[in-house]
Amino acid sequence: MFPEAFAYYAAHTLDEALDYVDQYGYDAKILAGGQSLLPLMKLRLAAPAVLIDINAVAELTGVTETDGQLHLGALTRHSTMEFGCWPQHPLVAEAAQQIADPIVRNRGTVAGSLAHADPAADWGAVLLALNARVEVRDKHQSRAMPMREFFIDTFTTALQPTEIITRVEIPAPPAFGYVGGHYYKLERKVGDFAVVGVAVTATLDQGGRVLSAGIGLSAVGTTSLKATGAEEILVGQRLTPELISEAAQVAASESSPFGDRRGSEEYKRAMVQVFVERGLLAIAEGGSRVTVHSA
Amino acid sequence: MALEATEKSPLGKAIKRKEDPRLIRGQGRYLDDIVLPRMLYMALVRSPYAHARIKSIRLDEARRVPGVKAIITGEDLAAANLAWMPTLAGDKQMVLAAGKVLFQYQEVAAVVAETRAAAEDGAQCVEVDYEPLQVVVDPFFALSSEAPVLREDREQKDNHIWHWAVGDQGAADEALAKSPVRVKEKIRMPRVHPAPIEPCGCVADYQKSTGKLTWYVTSQAPHAHRTVLSLVSGLPEHLIHVISPDVGGGFGNKVPVYPGYVCAVVLSLQLGRPVKWVESRSENIATTNFARDYHMTAEIGATEEGIVTALKVSTVADHGAFDAAADPTRFPAGLFSIVTGSYRFPQAFAEVDGVYTNKAPGGVAYRCSFRVTEASFLIERTMQSLALKLGLDPVELRRRNFIRPEEFPYNSPLGWTYDSGQYEKTLQKAMSLIDYDGLRAEQAQRRERGELVGIGVSTFTEIVGAGPSNTFDILGIKMFDSCEIRIHPTGKAIARLGTRHQGQGHETTFAQLIAHELGLSAADILVEEGDTDTAPYGLGTYASRSTPTAGGAAALAARRIRQKAQKIAAHLLEISPDDTEWDGIHFHAKGLESRQVSMVDVALAAYTNLPEGMEPGLEATFYYDPPNLTFPNGAYIAVVSIDRGTGQVKVERFVAVDDCGTVINPMVVEGQVHGGLTEGFGIAFMQEIAFDEDGNCLAPNFMEYLVPTAVETPNWETGRTETPSPHHPIGAKGVGESPNVGSPAAFVNAVVDALSPHGVTNVEIPMFPWKIWEILSQHHLAR
Ligand SMILES: Cc1cc2nc3c(=O)[nH]c(=O)nc-3n(C[C@H](O)[C@H](O)[C@H](O)COP(=O)(O)OP(=O)(O)OC[C@H]3O[C@@H](n4cnc5c(N)ncnc54)[C@H](O)[C@@H]3O)c2cc1C
Repeated sequence: MFPEAFAYYAAHTLDEALDYVDQYGYDAKILAGGQSLLPLMKLRLAAPAVLIDINAVAELTGVTETDGQLHLGALTRHSTMEFGCWPQHPLVAEAAQQIADPIVRNRGTVAGSLAHADPAADWGAVLLALNARVEVRDKHQSRAMPMREFFIDTFTTALQPTEIITRVEIPAPPAFGYVGGHYYKLERKVGDFAVVGVAVTATLDQGGRVLSAGIGLSAVGTTSLKATGAEEILVGQRLTPELISEAAQVAASESSPFGDRRGSEEYKRAMVQVFVERGLLAIAEGGSRVTVHSA
Repeated sequence: MALEATEKSPLGKAIKRKEDPRLIRGQGRYLDDIVLPRMLYMALVRSPYAHARIKSIRLDEARRVPGVKAIITGEDLAAANLAWMPTLAGDKQMVLAAGKVLFQYQEVAAVVAETRAAAEDGAQCVEVDYEPLQVVVDPFFALSSEAPVLREDREQKDNHIWHWAVGDQGAADEALAKSPVRVKEKIRMPRVHPAPIEPCGCVADYQKSTGKLTWYVTSQAPHAHRTVLSLVSGLPEHLIHVISPDVGGGFGNKVPVYPGYVCAVVLSLQLGRPVKWVESRSENIATTNFARDYHMTAEIGATEEGIVTALKVSTVADHGAFDAAADPTRFPAGLFSIVTGSYRFPQAFAEVDGVYTNKAPGGVAYRCSFRVTEASFLIERTMQSLALKLGLDPVELRRRNFIRPEEFPYNSPLGWTYDSGQYEKTLQKAMSLIDYDGLRAEQAQRRERGELVGIGVSTFTEIVGAGPSNTFDILGIKMFDSCEIRIHPTGKAIARLGTRHQGQGHETTFAQLIAHELGLSAADILVEEGDTDTAPYGLGTYASRSTPTAGGAAALAARRIRQKAQKIAAHLLEISPDDTEWDGIHFHAKGLESRQVSMVDVALAAYTNLPEGMEPGLEATFYYDPPNLTFPNGAYIAVVSIDRGTGQVKVERFVAVDDCGTVINPMVVEGQVHGGLTEGFGIAFMQEIAFDEDGNCLAPNFMEYLVPTAVETPNWETGRTETPSPHHPIGAKGVGESPNVGSPAAFVNAVVDALSPHGVTNVEIPMFPWKIWEILSQHHLAR
């Protein structure tokens, strides 16, 4: 349980961090919360020659809200999202509190989770459902992309070795109506990675018609998935039991789980259906609705 | 409210645990806290293959790693005649692979270095060339003629280890044939692991100048380990000093001697420097002793009225690559013959076949008195099947078959003499605590609404406290236990016992017991265990044996002291010993209670003012050989509901009523019950060490081997009845393991009860949600 030897640099500014990644490229790994990277290193499954610690980079911290839009600095910890108060984004806190345990949540970062790109991680599904954008930067330029372009494969993202994630942006929900959001995570015990995770969010107008819908799926594919087909079925419709059931079936068919010791492919697909249905029913019933803006 | 240790007459009182302030404040001293001058660290090279021949081992690169001091392989050990070591079960086990490996993660070489990191760097650079061989994972295949012979070292050229049978097979068969009602059930208890939070480890400190080896080791049985080490290594036993420091949980996992221990000792002998070895979590789960892994078949015969007539059991026991069970020598299947449980079976027969496979060796008694959990699970599950077949309430079936209070001492058909019990009363208590009749009515209503709700009952009997020395030994050493008490001049005392607690609370409970016998308080008695140079010889703590054996020794040693104290008291009171009376706190003159002296007065006199000719001092040692085992029992009732969408089972309520005879400290008993129930819950719902077809261990860490936390753990409701053991000096029976033994069947019976209206009679553990969901979807219950 001891990592192989490595060089360690602590960056104090973003520019300094970008210089380091530029210099060491593939040999280096960014150290954020360390909650994915360090276990891998201790098991000697990862052996980066250089660690670049970004924890002291102030530019990467903090969450700000402008007009309902959330900007998360790359070092935003899971626990910040758990305890933050953003009524227009009910999904965020509900999901954050289901990640790992309090100790991991105090250290682990949202951007670190995205960069690690474990298909069973929770933020991927949640941020796909929320249509978030990821902002990345290297020494020379910065670029932004929607979440659904970010994940390429298991543990593989659109991030270049010389790039750092700087920000994650969660757009504001439509300006009228109600927003609801739920994260369902089937875990074998607390702190477990999801057997299946489902993030469901929807905004409804005064008449109960769906203005926007987001469905993200964890642990049922080679990456976190966005159930775009199911989302499309919902938009412009009322959340009737029939529609909910149809959307749940479509979402299940959009998943492509593997059977393992946590359950068969069939089981996991069925769980996607169960959770999408439960999430949409809960939103339809309105128990957790939050008014976005009174019209 | 818990009481302070200064309480007088402390027996039966909820005294705060004396060890807690130290342990809670991080001032415990565990194995890994021990750091000695010039200490080296050891790491093990382990096999990635489950079955392979070793073609070559190259050490050059590893030797070049900075800090590496020495490396040993099986060949080096063979030269010292240490390549193999005896297991407690009378088999032998490779210390470091001798020519081939027989399970994944088997020990192949040991690397010692100046730091832990350097030792691991060195281990990573050892190059081993393996030639993979056919892997045998399935014990039934292992028994077939097509299977390769795994243990080429044995004369016997197959994978069968032993056959063990008990009872009258002919009579059992005949009784079964005549029985109008029969049920047969296949019951599997998968391979699980005790998984103590502190893994195993040791520091071996050999001083060349004195020839003395001080061996700090995570041990539940330090004296036994000293003797085994002396026999294996040839070191004189008086020059081996075993110290088992605070132990962070054992549950049976710290009874055996492991290859890592032997390697650390060999390297310390070779280098003359202290060598520390502490295994990682994965090493602990994947290589040290597992438990269970029993494939059982049971058949019960009964009358139409539900009176049981016969029980027949056959079992295949998967021991892995070496039979490293820690059972008493004459009991290769442990005390599995308690399988008739709490019921009056006129006839019974049980047989077990031990088998080798390419898996880690074992199996140990995980919080259980040698295979009692397997036996209890089997009978309590099969009784459920019988109840279903007869259409009887499981409670009613049990009532009709319980051994009745007046039948004790009861001789079971498989050879045990049960000491005492009031099974009906204990069950009744559990039923009223949970409102059984109300629950059944509520269940009927909820079923109407489409809910899946189940109530599970388990009324188990254990057998603990090995044991009478005429029957029980480990490698020839009789299973008695011991206590030595020394009273100091100021009336304070130190007591040392041959057991070694790992969280059971001995520092409190044994202090209470001794204090009670001597008219002192628990605060007056320091209890010390785990140091073989100071404690009297004993066999250690496992199988719920400490209170039945060492507890008996403690009471009797205290009474020996009281005999002498009485003479001193008489001298102080200036009366004859025969006119002196003990009232539990004081000695006084018969009929004149105001003329009294306390044990404190007597203690001072023992060193300052003795009767003519009396030997000074006030101390006693007692080696207690119990006349019989003790038979704790209990009645557990679980209530569960099943989520028809996901297959998740929620334990809504769980009532555990235990009868462990005389209770020394109800709070400690409750703590033991809570811990054991939580482990039983883990076993029923979360835990299994599975293997793929190549023999890869699929749960070698806490991400896959799931240990319940406070979040998942149900709320436990406890109660007790107190039926003393007639033969134990204070009537106590032992309780540490009852909850782990009795609870798994209660959980499964509850889930089966929820599903039985739909034709389900058995659910295999662990009851993962996906497994339940598959049953739901087969029966069109999923939604
Ligand atoms: C016991 C345990 C349980 C867990 N359970 C869960 C769970 O239930 N659900 C879940 O989602 N996660 C879980 N995790 C993972 C946890 O959420 C991690 O915190 C997260 O995956 C990684 O974030 P981090 O900040 O710790 O990243 P690190 O471990 O520091 O880094 C992870 C990877 O991301 C890269 N990286 C980090 N930050 C950046 C950046 N700004 N730009 C570019 N690359 C970057 C690193 O180089 C590294 O490759 C668990 C972890 C543990 C230890």
